[in-house]
Amino acid sequence: MTAVSSISNVMKLLEGIPDPEVPVLSILDLGIVRDVRIYPALGETLGVTVMITPTYNGCPAVDVIRMNIRMTLAAAGYNPVDIRTTLTPAWSTEWMTDAAREKLQAFGIAPPNSVPVVCSLDLFQQDESVTCPRCGSYHTEMVSRFGSTACKALYRCLDCKEPFDYFKSH
Amino acid sequence: MTLSTYLLHLADDALVLGHRNSEWCGHGPVLEQDIALTNISLDLIGQARLFYQYAAEALAGDATEDSLAYLRDVYEYRNCLLVEQPNGDWAQTTLRQFLFSAYQYELYKNMRHSADERLRAIAERSLKEVTYHLRWSGEWVVRLGDGTEESRGRMLNALDALWMFTGELFRPAPYESVLETTGVSVPVGDLETPWMEHVRKVFSQANLQTPIAPGHQTGGKTGAHSEHLGYLLADLQFMQRAYPGSTW
Repeated sequence: MTAVSSISNVMKLLEGIPDPEVPVLSILDLGIVRDVRIYPALGETLGVTVMITPTYNGCPAVDVIRMNIRMTLAAAGYNPVDIRTTLTPAWSTEWMTDAAREKLQAFGIAPPNSVPVVCSLDLFQQDESVTCPRCGSYHTEMVSRFGSTACKALYRCLDCKEPFDYFKSH
Repeated sequence: MTLSTYLLHLADDALVLGHRNSEWCGHGPVLEQDIALTNISLDLIGQARLFYQYAAEALAGDATEDSLAYLRDVYEYRNCLLVEQPNGDWAQTTLRQFLFSAYQYELYKNMRHSADERLRAIAERSLKEVTYHLRWSGEWVVRLGDGTEESRGRMLNALDALWMFTGELFRPAPYESVLETTGVSVPVGDLETPWMEHVRKVFSQANLQTPIAPGHQTGGKTGAHSEHLGYLLADLQFMQRAYPGSTW
């Protein structure tokens, strides 16, 4: 198993690990995997180091994701499995793949808008205009800036009257 | 020791306020605001964890993020007095959050240029989250202050109860002054002016008077706490005190 094929092999394994909160997204879709290193280890096995950047500081899913990476790669025979964390640069929804946005939309979660719009104070008492993932209308309103998880806000569509989560751009 | 004490100060501020806000869980005025405040707690406790992990490494002994949070007593905690004040009513909780988030916003904005690389990284991440805290709490101060006689009266009471604790935010503790010389810690004295801008902007919309006299209560950052912290830690640390070493 040459080193190069192993990396694509590892990426394929990582592609299978979902975000526990948003199961349609893999951790690659989320863009939190920053680097993968393969190296020959003792006892003829291949060691692997995966570098990730957490999404939200307090997000409990990040610990679950670390555990899932460790178990998945160990089960595939990599030994040792080392998971490193880097906080810089800070994760942003800009790192999410286009596939991720389509998967979110299909799943019923409105994908994040472009980042610069939101992360500032001048949006005081205003909210992003978000399209309803079900009927596509822009006629929606924010119910709560903080939804069921740290990464989502709660919106309501005023046309089809459905509530939906919005994956906050960050 | 100075760096670890500074890190404990930053961690304790976030943990204590995170714990206070979590006391609202299941008691919020309406579901959406209940989860908003508990989400803010999640962010704050996440920030606290990062600082505790760094402090545990800086202490190099057998300290861990858990032992630092659960096994230190009141006089070892370095959080400012503002965050340990009780929740009171919704006005007091949202005003406390606003006054502190405005401080944290300026603190993390400045910390992105710290000489310490790890602090820069934590600050860059935390500033994004604190921006939401500041917007959310500022909107509540405006909504209550400029609301009915009842909500305005409650906001005025909250102001009387909390303003005296805001001065401490901008008076550096000894460990902060020492670390300022090497550019590691944020010179909190410089944060008062931008902080006051946030306060004036929101208070003007909230039909509230910005008090002239600066808050003079201090002590929390050097371990001299109010009686509130003891009860809070008794609740926060109960499991580890009753069943030492217990895990999930």
